Amino acid sequence: MPDKKTHLLKLQASRRQMLTGLSALSLSPFLSRVAYADAPSTAAVNTTGLAVTDDTVTVGILHSITGTMALSEIGSVEAEKLAIAQINESGGVLGRKIKFIQEDGASDWPTFAEKARKLLENDKCASVFGCWTSASRKAVLPVFEQYNGLLYYPTFYEGLEQSRNVIYTGQEATQQILAGLDWISKEKNAKTYYLLGSDYIWPRTANKIARKHIENHLKGSRVVGEEYFPLGDSQFNSVINKIKLMKPDVIYAIIVGGSNVAFYKQLKAAGLDLSKHNLMTISVTEDEILGIGGENIAGAYACMKYFQSIDTPDNKKFVAAFKKMWGEKSVIGDVTQAAYLGPWLWKLAVEKAGTFDISKVIDASPGVEFKNAPEGYVRIHKNHHLWSKTLVGRARTDGQFDVIYETPELMEPNPFPVGYQ
Amino acid sequence: MLSGYSFNDLASIFVMQSFAGLILFSVFLLMALGLAIVFGQMGVINMAHGEFMILGAYTTYVCSYIFAQWMPALFGLYFFIAVILSFIVAGAVGMFLEWSLIRFLYKRPLDTLLATWGVSLILQQIFRSTFGAREVGVTLPDWMMGSWNLSETIQIPINGMIVIAITLLITIVIYGLLYKSGWGKQVRAVMQNRTMAGDVGINTERVDRFTFGLGCGVAGVAGAAFTMIGSTSPTAGQQYIVDTFLVVAFGGTESLGGTIASAFSISQARSILEFFLSGSMAQVLVLLTVIGILMLRPQGLFALKVRR
Repeated sequence: MPDKKTHLLKLQASRRQMLTGLSALSLSPFLSRVAYADAPSTAAVNTTGLAVTDDTVTVGILHSITGTMALSEIGSVEAEKLAIAQINESGGVLGRKIKFIQEDGASDWPTFAEKARKLLENDKCASVFGCWTSASRKAVLPVFEQYNGLLYYPTFYEGLEQSRNVIYTGQEATQQILAGLDWISKEKNAKTYYLLGSDYIWPRTANKIARKHIENHLKGSRVVGEEYFPLGDSQFNSVINKIKLMKPDVIYAIIVGGSNVAFYKQLKAAGLDLSKHNLMTISVTEDEILGIGGENIAGAYACMKYFQSIDTPDNKKFVAAFKKMWGEKSVIGDVTQAAYLGPWLWKLAVEKAGTFDISKVIDASPGVEFKNAPEGYVRIHKNHHLWSKTLVGRARTDGQFDVIYETPELMEPNPFPVGYQ
Repeated sequence: MLSGYSFNDLASIFVMQSFAGLILFSVFLLMALGLAIVFGQMGVINMAHGEFMILGAYTTYVCSYIFAQWMPALFGLYFFIAVILSFIVAGAVGMFLEWSLIRFLYKRPLDTLLATWGVSLILQQIFRSTFGAREVGVTLPDWMMGSWNLSETIQIPINGMIVIAITLLITIVIYGLLYKSGWGKQVRAVMQNRTMAGDVGINTERVDRFTFGLGCGVAGVAGAAFTMIGSTSPTAGQQYIVDTFLVVAFGGTESLGGTIASAFSISQARSILEFFLSGSMAQVLVLLTVIGILMLRPQGLFALKVRR
């Protein structure tokens, strides 16, 4: 039932469209519009003043391409641009080509908020693909809620959040953690665990979930140590000695950034052979291994939802297209693939809603299925996270992973896990 | 936490932990030496010190790449050539920086802080444009990786021992240069009284340039050595800069001995505390202690007694 107000908005919008339409009228018969012949009229699919024209729709890309986070976020930018290019090749969204405006968050959280405001208020983007760290997401969240924008967020993260204006295309913590712990406990008969992490919210929350799971759900298992290191710390010899003394069955490491490189190099130098000692991580993707060096981490287990080596036709097609666009040497980690899902999920939701109007796209999103995703089938849960499978991979010396386990079912996203907080 | 382990286990851990402390000491000393020369001898606060280390690290990376591509037979030895090249490259860039920028700011120490910070940003962006924002993996020859098994349960990291050796060598060379050579006398003369030193015929400008170049060159060597234990990325220098300043400020800015003593005490405190507490907590405690001591002794642990 359309109420009076939206009706009025529609009228205004259509009047504006008519004016701009008039100027183009004299030319339009000569322009080829074959591909878009069946495109619904702009007035019908854009009632809220978004940047939608008769043949284009504008979206935003908001990542750090300078500063500390650039090394992580550039892969996401590349994946999003690839997805947009592919969607455009296949006819666009509702008969309109996607144009994107890219802004640089510059690894600085206030800058992220400012650029988000620009993309929504000035550029009227129909959706935004962006952010990487939780801190940047938290910074833009109030902006997206205020302007009723739509953000596709690609990173695996700690959970404890669910916003109407965000679709989380990465895994929240329980999806990534529980399956991996169950697997290593069963397959390796692991009883003792040593938890490590960089000192900020994601590793701390993730380790809290891991600890609860180990203590309450894995019979006879216990945590023998839990430690955090400042971001960027590069000295791990003391904790490595402690690990040698305690001899845990599993080292569970959630160390990020440059510290990762130092940690694995020192682990190897200290004579801890990862082909004999179990180490499981949820923070090392193919991207990180470029810096760590395959020979330093070979043998470690990583638990996430995507590896570049997944052996399916859909993934092979994706990897080939990515390398064609961004170079033969590029590698694709979990987050990069999750970023690639963003534009596709948005396209599917828009088509389901039949309009670009953000509220309607959001309402249409739960239940949207992406059947040919590189990682396999995914579906948007009503809590705005994705149903997806979790995989365990084992690092090889060439920097890729062998997928050695896949959960039989899709893991349900559960950003507020009861009993784990 | 130590109950329930055999005596043998504990003894092994004690040995390995002592080595961990020594390695950390070497790392700190190597980081701080270059800065101590520049800061202590010249009074220039070089905020770009971390970037000079990374310059050395990237030099090592380029070397490893070249050797792997064209001279695989000599790959096992490339690291030593990389260390020397790192010294030359970082030293040359340092001298150029002194000539083009620093020498105009000697009378304005606070401005050098700002200017060198700007230089650090410029260098970071140059690294990013040249090598990409991602970390680069520096491949090491096989013999430098892994550990040396002293006994069944005691393993000593080989790369740690190489760091210790490099630090020892650099310290001895610098000590010799500063305290046993004619050039060192000139440096110290300029430091104590620039006008008088100039009056007796010392070319103070040249002394400044070489001192700054030496400091930056040593930073380059440190960066080359740290490719064995840490990451190489445009912003990795920032990881080291805080610890570096901590060591130099704590040691007192005017003596080599102070820097050594300070690196030793901070590294031992941290390494021991990290073993018994968690990583973050240990660092907080060490920082608090250092701040406490500096409040009582603002000039640092060791300060030269100079009549002013």
